[in-house]
Amino acid sequence: MRGFLLNRLSQSLALLVIVSIIGFTILSLIPGGPLSQFARDPGMTQQDIERLAEQLGLNRPLWIQYFDWAWRLVQGDWGRSLRDGTYVLSVIGRHLFATFLLMGTSTVIAIAIGTWIGIRGATHRYSLFDYLATIGAMVALSIPTFWFGLVGIYVFTLKLGWVPAGNMYTIGDGSVLDYLHHLILPSVVLSLVHVAIWSRYMRTATLDAISQDFVKTARAKGVSERRILLKHVVGNALLPMITLAGVQLPSILTGALVTETVFTWPGMGRLFLDSLGYSDYPVVMGLLMFSAILVILGNLIADIVVAIVDPRIRLG
Amino acid sequence: MTKHSKSASNYSRRDTLRMMALGGAAGIFAPNLLTEPAFGQKAPRTPKGRIVVGLSQEPTVFNPLMAHIEVDDGVHFSLFDALFRIDPKGVIQPNLAVEVPTQKNGGISEDGLKWRIRLRDDVRWHDDKPFTAEDVKFTLELITKPNFRSWRTTGHSLVRDITVVSPVEITWRMEQAFAPYLSFLTETFMVPKHILEKEADPNNAAFNQTPIGTGAFKWGTRVPGDRIELLANSNYFGEGPHIERLIFKYIPDLTVLYTQFKSGDVDIVGQSYITPDHYQEARKLPNRVVTLEPKSSFESLYLNVERPQFKELQVRQALYAAIDKKAIIEGLYYGVPTPTETFMPRQSFYHNPGLPLHEFNVKRAQQILDAAGWAPGRDKIRVKDGVRLSFTNSTTSGDPLREQVQQYLQQTFAEIGVEMTISNLPAAVMWGEYWQRSRFDSVIVGSTYLIGADPDVTNRLHSLSIGNKGGRGSNNAQYVNPEVDALLEKGSRTFDPEARRAIYFRVQELVRHDLPLLPLYQNVSVQGHKKGIQGAVSNGNTRTESWNAGAWSWAS
Repeated sequence: MRGFLLNRLSQSLALLVIVSIIGFTILSLIPGGPLSQFARDPGMTQQDIERLAEQLGLNRPLWIQYFDWAWRLVQGDWGRSLRDGTYVLSVIGRHLFATFLLMGTSTVIAIAIGTWIGIRGATHRYSLFDYLATIGAMVALSIPTFWFGLVGIYVFTLKLGWVPAGNMYTIGDGSVLDYLHHLILPSVVLSLVHVAIWSRYMRTATLDAISQDFVKTARAKGVSERRILLKHVVGNALLPMITLAGVQLPSILTGALVTETVFTWPGMGRLFLDSLGYSDYPVVMGLLMFSAILVILGNLIADIVVAIVDPRIRLG
Repeated sequence: MTKHSKSASNYSRRDTLRMMALGGAAGIFAPNLLTEPAFGQKAPRTPKGRIVVGLSQEPTVFNPLMAHIEVDDGVHFSLFDALFRIDPKGVIQPNLAVEVPTQKNGGISEDGLKWRIRLRDDVRWHDDKPFTAEDVKFTLELITKPNFRSWRTTGHSLVRDITVVSPVEITWRMEQAFAPYLSFLTETFMVPKHILEKEADPNNAAFNQTPIGTGAFKWGTRVPGDRIELLANSNYFGEGPHIERLIFKYIPDLTVLYTQFKSGDVDIVGQSYITPDHYQEARKLPNRVVTLEPKSSFESLYLNVERPQFKELQVRQALYAAIDKKAIIEGLYYGVPTPTETFMPRQSFYHNPGLPLHEFNVKRAQQILDAAGWAPGRDKIRVKDGVRLSFTNSTTSGDPLREQVQQYLQQTFAEIGVEMTISNLPAAVMWGEYWQRSRFDSVIVGSTYLIGADPDVTNRLHSLSIGNKGGRGSNNAQYVNPEVDALLEKGSRTFDPEARRAIYFRVQELVRHDLPLLPLYQNVSVQGHKKGIQGAVSNGNTRTESWNAGAWSWAS
């Protein structure tokens, strides 16, 4: 296990360096930059813009900017946002809770419902339920989330008045019930796509497990269908789902761009979009590194969990 | 069709200027007694309720002297005060100063070089320390400090020998006479010396996250990515505040911003306001007041006149004649914007209403080109001296309305033998070097030429402002007209509003004649607020709807 972890750690560090170089280069290749927003300000001269570029160090050669940023990062300094001057880690930290709340809730909904639909679809293959689940999944995957979001706001807020139009909580309230009330619509809208993904994966994995020899053996031994399903089929079908969960783990903390925008949810997705639009390099790079670390961790956790639950796999 | 907000007062701009001069003279003898301007009135001290302003961009810069964008202005106007403010009629009013300095009242010397400002004696910072001339000196000096990431330095860089005469009087000398500086000072908010002087690096001072001003509202809290809450400053020297809390809510999607205005979550729709396609529906909403308010920006087909295709005036005239402005405004923009012939906003004192009116006439456009010797080639595109009348047109990608305008122009230009190719770019690319270094053939652009309400457009139209030729401004059309240059130089040295008016009228005539840009329409914003809100008056001479939040109140 130790050897496995050391190996993974060294691979991860190399990966982070590569990701940071690619990310930094691509960001810097985008023409314009953070000062282009002042280009149409009638009161700002070219000299003003050049002065700001020098003060912010944006006129230095790219490789110097990269090494400066990387050296600070190694020392634990993720830099400051070009938008509001606050520390990048603090910026990220302040958006994490909102994203975790929204993504966590929708992921729990998606896994619970998606897994159930997937198993039922596989065990009742070609039934009406299976067809409806398949069509529903295709619809959910084909229609953009913002459309679902806007339709949801139109129907459930403007017409029925059941839920708020967006925001994480009511200004001046902020009770647990208020949070939950605001959470309903965005988490349901967001989970639609994830339910579709999970149900399709789970259906395939379940079908795959059902056709295995050990299921036939169990059935030949006279084990009840319920026990076969729960112990043999679902247990094995969940193994690839653990890997999928590991891959999806980062998204719980990196947010949903579209949903957070439509529902004015102050999370990581919107932060990323805003920072990218503003060319806030330190924050974008911070988010990139944060996501890369989460992806690496997600995969590592998935590998370890699979190894624990699947006796055929040994790490090391 | 276009409804402008109206002020209750009936006096003309000229009358106001005269009154200001008189009031200023009286103020010399009785400061704070005779001059009680619109921004210096006491109000009942019972702030009640809150108002939520929805914004489609997030305010993030709270030190008003640092580089910032339009959306930050609303927070600055609410937290801070400048020496002067500009009212909706474009008249500069005293704010922290007791009078507006003029050559007549002696505040500005005859040669325009010596300035003397007298300040109110009843202003306190939010931490209860008194505001004095030392704060003004500190602010003006901070702006030009080499390491400070200041916003605009134009005008400020000319200030020399700042002298604090007394806590309520300050003087300085200008390196050269510069009339627009008065207008620049309406957007220069004062910051507290006693807090910022202790900071080794004002760029990263704690003040920048928890600012302290003299304004009608004090800093409350900020939830990044979500909102900013300001609290009533009950010791404010000026009008208001009448509400307890002022909240700037960030709602990035314009459709969602409008939806939250409809649902009642947002009380006032701030920048970027209601989209024109929602105007007809919005004006019928119950318990909402939705109006069309002129903005200072205008939309144009902006030409790079250094390109061989556009060097001849006749080509520019022909293109202008081939633009069906009416169809564009009514067909694509729901009739919301107002056609214009100039960069000067209609609400400005300096707007020239006598410019020749554009006429859409394809035949005339063809005749102009025929007469100029541009003959159709084999592919029907006109050619002259080896130059094909073909060019690209760019704008920010992802703007469906502008893209439709481009397609419309493309069709009518084709009718006169002109080929226009659309080549749109993301905003970051578009407004970078491509724009600043005049790499384009033509663009569709919305621009504001004025700083504050001052008519000086040197930065946009003077030949020394061509960035691509080492200039210090954004004359990206690379427009050169020596008469315009001379007029702009004269205008920036002239302080008398009437004399300046004649100068800028002529500048507009020349630019209308030369057509380095083909003006399409003046932008109009569809603004909205709940019916119960009083005092929400639009001011096209500022960049924000929240320029007077201290005066806002809820009808009881």
